[in-house]
Amino acid sequence: MFKKKYFTLIALLLVAAMALAGCGGGGAEKKEAAKDSASDVIKIGVFEPLTGTNAAGGEMTVEGIKLANQLFPEVNGKKVELVIVDNKSEKQEAANAVERLVSKDKVNVIIGSYGSSLSMAGGPIAKEAGIPVIGCSPTNPAVTLGNDYYFRVCFIDPFQGTVMANYAVEKLGAKTAAIIQDVQQDYSVGLSNYFEKAFKKLTNNENAIVAKVNYNTGDKDFSSQLTTVKAKNPDVIFAPGNFLECGILVEKARELGITVPILGGDTWEAEEFLSRVKNTKDIYFSTHFDADHPVTEMSTKFMEEYKKAYPGKQVNAFGALGFDAYILALDAIKRAGSADPQAIRDALAATKDFQGATGIITLDANGDATKTAIIKKVVDGKFAYEGKVEPK
Amino acid sequence: MTGEIFLQNLANGISLGSLYALIAIGYTMVYGILRLINFAHADLLMVAAYVAFYGILVFTLPWWLSFLIAIVVTAILGVSIEKVAYRPLRDAPRISVLISAIGVSFLLENLGIVAIGARPKSFPRPEDIVWNINIGDISFLSLTIIIPLITVILLVAVTYMVNKTKIGTAMRAVSRDFETASLMAVDVNKVVSATFVVGSSLAAVGGIMWSLQYPQIDPLMGVFPGLKCFIAAVMGGIGSIPGAMLGGFILGMGEVFLVAFMPELSGYRDAFAFVILIFILLFKPTGILGENVVEKV
Repeated sequence: MFKKKYFTLIALLLVAAMALAGCGGGGAEKKEAAKDSASDVIKIGVFEPLTGTNAAGGEMTVEGIKLANQLFPEVNGKKVELVIVDNKSEKQEAANAVERLVSKDKVNVIIGSYGSSLSMAGGPIAKEAGIPVIGCSPTNPAVTLGNDYYFRVCFIDPFQGTVMANYAVEKLGAKTAAIIQDVQQDYSVGLSNYFEKAFKKLTNNENAIVAKVNYNTGDKDFSSQLTTVKAKNPDVIFAPGNFLECGILVEKARELGITVPILGGDTWEAEEFLSRVKNTKDIYFSTHFDADHPVTEMSTKFMEEYKKAYPGKQVNAFGALGFDAYILALDAIKRAGSADPQAIRDALAATKDFQGATGIITLDANGDATKTAIIKKVVDGKFAYEGKVEPK
Repeated sequence: MTGEIFLQNLANGISLGSLYALIAIGYTMVYGILRLINFAHADLLMVAAYVAFYGILVFTLPWWLSFLIAIVVTAILGVSIEKVAYRPLRDAPRISVLISAIGVSFLLENLGIVAIGARPKSFPRPEDIVWNINIGDISFLSLTIIIPLITVILLVAVTYMVNKTKIGTAMRAVSRDFETASLMAVDVNKVVSATFVVGSSLAAVGGIMWSLQYPQIDPLMGVFPGLKCFIAAVMGGIGSIPGAMLGGFILGMGEVFLVAFMPELSGYRDAFAFVILIFILLFKPTGILGENVVEKV
């Protein structure tokens, strides 16, 4: 008797949970369907990782996009609707998300995604459908290469890798380096290669990279990789990758008694990373934006509004890039004078001297922005401004 | 490779291997008695980690009390899962129970995502039990010593329980034949529940130790150790408790030394685990210490 009652109770609970989940999804879809019929609305699709390993990066970006949407809710007299889809930090899901945005939601332009691999998974689908995409922070060159519909508001990895190699050689006096890369992330592998090339050239030494070891996304044990690196005794370690894995990696490196500077890329600017490494020093990385060094009027405006909208949160590069992607989209729609995706694409391709929160954006033939890189380091448990590097 | 680097790798290998062994013991024990691969085992590990996490950070309990509560909660959850998801299927084909176990695993993971959120949380490391040890150039966490100790103690305790105590005898009887055992006045339901209490507690200890060693917890954290420890258990001979320990150590050591000797292959660590599994099963289909069970007709 007891058994039966118990079973029924659990079954009921499950049914209730499913019904709730079902309602949530169903409701949202109905609302979107209603929007479809109204032609006085411009839809901007957003695909970002809101769950999974890159969740924090996607969340920061979406905060920036939503803020921009609140400030600038209209363009050409039409209301702008955001359609936000979670790509779950997975390549397959990223492709599905873009597919959904172009075929079901019929958006005019797409923004996304945090993570080069995710952007590269979605890119071809948007290209096929003829919908332009503005990347916020994917830095791998292959994202826009050969895709006339993909643009981005950030710098790219050949530049970022060179900046960090320069910093290691000139400021830190490094003669040898070790690389620890995530072989599943195009971002990590690409950035490592550009760093390696620049580092070898700067040190004039073909053997300047004393060790190159790999790991996989989601790994938690880095002890053997780090022991290998420690045995080679490099002057610096370059370890670009997701903030979650790298947080554990850097913490473990210090536990193993590795005291040399550890360098990374723009993905490290996340609370999750900071919370792991705040008791250590000599952690450096490149990023897109610094709150204490506004570059344009838009930077100041962005920061004021951000602090108002998200009190208690750190102003960050990803929020700023999300913000820029949105206002650039609006600017392109204004210049195109229509919401036709093809016209928006052509306007985007012609972007010149656009005042963004992260700097002045001019898009080149590939659709990439050429911008200043900021170098930050971890000091007293905080990210601190270390210097900036202008593009050549 | 110098001596020091070798010793450092050895310390890394022991620390990873003993964690694998600890979790694999739980898998193998439940299998040994019920012939059921409890896929939810890996997710019980996650539940334990979260209970301990909230105990320490939200309710500010002392770490040992939080760990104790985590073990009790996980044991209760394990027994309830058996009652709800496995017991009604006891007379069904074995594959149905297996599918039910996979279902429970997905349910726990996704409930975790909905209830807690997918963003990882930082697991606190109590200073009383986690500190850094430096011997010359070799440095490791105190956990590298604590975890193998706990693993060995639990191994001896579980082996003693199964072989020497009354409930252990009943477990072995049940593992041979449910019906005959119940005809011999063994309360099968009670014995199965006891098995799950022990198995889930082992999962809880494993989960807490895993979170101390890799202090980042998320609702899907059990998937990776679950898979690896399942491999370890199969490698050692599923159903054999010392086998699970052996399998765990072989896997942990193997992974660490693969990277140590061949750094360029370090991206293939997981592939390596499966390759050794395939080789061992090719030559010894029941695993290293597995017995050949002759099915009665």
